[in-house]
Amino acid sequence: MVNAWTVASIVAVVAGVVGFFTVLRGSAFAAHAIPNGSFAGAAGASLIGVSTLLGLGVFAAGGALTIGLLGRRGRHDVATALALVAMLALGALFLSLSQEYESAVYSLLFGEVLGISPNELAPTAILAGLCICAIVVLYRPLMLSSVLPEVASARGISTFRMEIAFLLVLALATAMTVPVVGTLLIFSLMIGAPAAARSFTDRPPLAMALSVLIALVIVWIAIAASYETNYPVGFFVGTGSALAYVIGRLTAAVRRTRQPGALAPHAAR
Amino acid sequence: MSHFLSPIFAPGFFESEAVHIALAVGALVAVVTGVVGVFTVIRGQSFAGEAFSDLGTTGGAGAYFVGVGTLWGFVIGNVIAAGAMEAIGVQRVRGRDVATGIVLGAGLGLAALFLYLYTTEHSTTGATVTILFGSAFAISSTTLPLIAVLSGIVLALMLTIYRPLLLSSINAELASARGIPVRLVGALYLLALALAAALAAITIGTILSTALIVGPAASALRLTRRPLTALLTAAAIGIAAMWVGIVLAYDSYHWPPAGQGWPVSFFVVMLVFLTYLLSGLPEARRRRHAARAAPAAGVMQPATNS
Amino acid sequence: MNVSGAETNAMGREGISVAGLDGEEILGVEGISVRLSGREVLREVSFRIRAGEFTGLIGSNGAGKTTLFRVILGLQPPTAGRVLVAGRPRSARNPLIGYVPQKFLLDPDAPLRGRDLVALGIDAQRPGVPRPSESRRALVEEMLEAVDAARFADTRVGRLSGGEQQRILIAHALIARPRLLLLDEPLANLDLGSAHEVVALLARIAAEQQIAVLISAHEINPLLPVMDRIVYLAHGRAVSGTTDEVIRADVLSKLYGHHVDVVHVHDRVLIVAGAGENTDLAGHEGTFPGAEILT
Repeated sequence: MVNAWTVASIVAVVAGVVGFFTVLRGSAFAAHAIPNGSFAGAAGASLIGVSTLLGLGVFAAGGALTIGLLGRRGRHDVATALALVAMLALGALFLSLSQEYESAVYSLLFGEVLGISPNELAPTAILAGLCICAIVVLYRPLMLSSVLPEVASARGISTFRMEIAFLLVLALATAMTVPVVGTLLIFSLMIGAPAAARSFTDRPPLAMALSVLIALVIVWIAIAASYETNYPVGFFVGTGSALAYVIGRLTAAVRRTRQPGALAPHAAR
Repeated sequence: MSHFLSPIFAPGFFESEAVHIALAVGALVAVVTGVVGVFTVIRGQSFAGEAFSDLGTTGGAGAYFVGVGTLWGFVIGNVIAAGAMEAIGVQRVRGRDVATGIVLGAGLGLAALFLYLYTTEHSTTGATVTILFGSAFAISSTTLPLIAVLSGIVLALMLTIYRPLLLSSINAELASARGIPVRLVGALYLLALALAAALAAITIGTILSTALIVGPAASALRLTRRPLTALLTAAAIGIAAMWVGIVLAYDSYHWPPAGQGWPVSFFVVMLVFLTYLLSGLPEARRRRHAARAAPAAGVMQPATNS
Repeated sequence: MNVSGAETNAMGREGISVAGLDGEEILGVEGISVRLSGREVLREVSFRIRAGEFTGLIGSNGAGKTTLFRVILGLQPPTAGRVLVAGRPRSARNPLIGYVPQKFLLDPDAPLRGRDLVALGIDAQRPGVPRPSESRRALVEEMLEAVDAARFADTRVGRLSGGEQQRILIAHALIARPRLLLLDEPLANLDLGSAHEVVALLARIAAEQQIAVLISAHEINPLLPVMDRIVYLAHGRAVSGTTDEVIRADVLSKLYGHHVDVVHVHDRVLIVAGAGENTDLAGHEGTFPGAEILT
């Protein structure tokens, strides 16, 4: 049981950190599509009898590169959408060929934190460490190229390389979090927590810290509730993220009306 | 006759009622999704289309749990989702992806719950797979009238709003200046999309049905610029993918592992994807020809004050 | 006829500018030609900019201004010619050039204050996380004061007005201590009052910090009071020099390849392409029958 808490906490931290940039870059689609792609990897891995994590990782990286090379800024694009749905279909095939079609599908898609074994703790922690290190190293150039890509280019920062690097980190993050939360739901944690966090603060480092905190709260509540009711963790994560997001939006609206002489939001000039 | 065709069509293909139903429903669904899909791609709302498809999972799971037919679940669930999207404002760009993603997450979480409750209560398996990956061969004949009616509604709806939708999809401001109720047309289109996604879900499942909505349409739009031709092409591609997929799935019962068969949805999605890749060839060839053409000679351009 | 490359220094003689004379040469553009999709966008463009000089790159839309900027920034390889920055050929990582683009989209919800964006300008190209320090804070504050943006520095960047965002971006570019500041059409979407404010600000910065400023515009008048030099671009070819040297009917007619009139109205200038010899000089801005106003 302690195992589940530890793993889930690690997942939440990674989701909060990587999610901060996911929302900043508007890459909600990538966060949704990459885990779908890695679904095939996990299915294939279980068919061959290799580690699921490996299958997840390899296919997630493949999905990330597909989006990076074919798509635009991790934003929705028909080509990449089709490629990733094709991967999903492949996963369906792999699972149908194995014996445990139904249960495997369910746990891959919706997560199975309470079924995490102790020897999965170490690799998860290592991968999490890698993700966070990567984000720390990329922080400055990634921030600029996310917010002002043209200016970043002028400074010699390759926005293409930043995009690929970020998508690979995203892939790594989703791969290691999927066994806990499931492919269909990891992105809601990765988006809901940072989206809520940005309603409470204007500063980047605070926003990231808050994003991690909110993700932890969501995950802890989810595990506790799942333990109590036996309902799937994914249900609580999905609805919890939505709740956090709504609270964030309401707070932002209240803040805006309270600020005297608040400037109306402006988009491009 | 069957002797000649038996390498392609496994024995019993033409006699099986399940196959007949699958072929009929598949064709109908392909036409509906092709027509709606073209507008989805033109409007750049593929993410919304995907969200609908995935949200169908909630409706389907709910239907299982409540004990209603899955198609009803898909329809009702998608219509509610359409309402929610309209409320969020699918048409606006800012924050749309995040909001859509959040709704998707909540819906899928709910789906997880419904499926869990259903499976534990009934201790049967197969719900998740059926909802998510479809069951083209398991459509009961009693659902046929409903499918036909829903398809008819979608096509009638699309026929009615065709011109205003086309105009407002290409240039919303111009359309609204001409007196077209852009918001209303957009909402009706969302409704059509919701129903189309529901129909697609019963054949190839919720999370794969995006392929049927977006794929043939995107391929068609790469091949032709004219809307009407695109609609017909998309429908044709969809029907072809469906029928070939059904044939292959039926034949696959004899492929390893024996007696199980590969999912229809797998074949359909792969064929749609393949078609999309192939549809890029004419453009690629055109570009290669243009690059080889001699560069323009003149330098001085007539003075313009643009 | 050799229009491009014609260059006169303050004494009215043709010559090559010498580094060290009238300030160090910061930017040397030599014979830049660019061909895109079979069309020659720039043809043998040459000019030099010295420290502290305020240069206006004038040309109508489509004349090639943005392409020229992209070449200077190293984002577009030229078909011919080269760019020298402080005497050395342009390299990819050039902290000596600050850049403020014309179009940018800042998410109103992004958790990033103006202050944070300016701070990012110190060393964004270096990996890692910046360590907060008093000197960093002081530097950011100093830059914000310099562009008069201190009062809205703590608001989210995406919520600021266009003019305010522009100032933040200028501060962001300046904080890296560039030798050359490039601004792509900064006046395009500003009202006249704001335009004059920004121009005055940039002129002051150029003089005080001995930074070369190159700004592109399609309207010449807001820049007239402060420009040291002008690079006039038309149909991909350029002529450079002081305003008096360049804004002349004979020079511009040669550049355009057809008859051009230069009309002085009070302290403003109108450049008019005439259909014939008789153009009505009623002294007000407008489209004369048969004529086109170029800038």
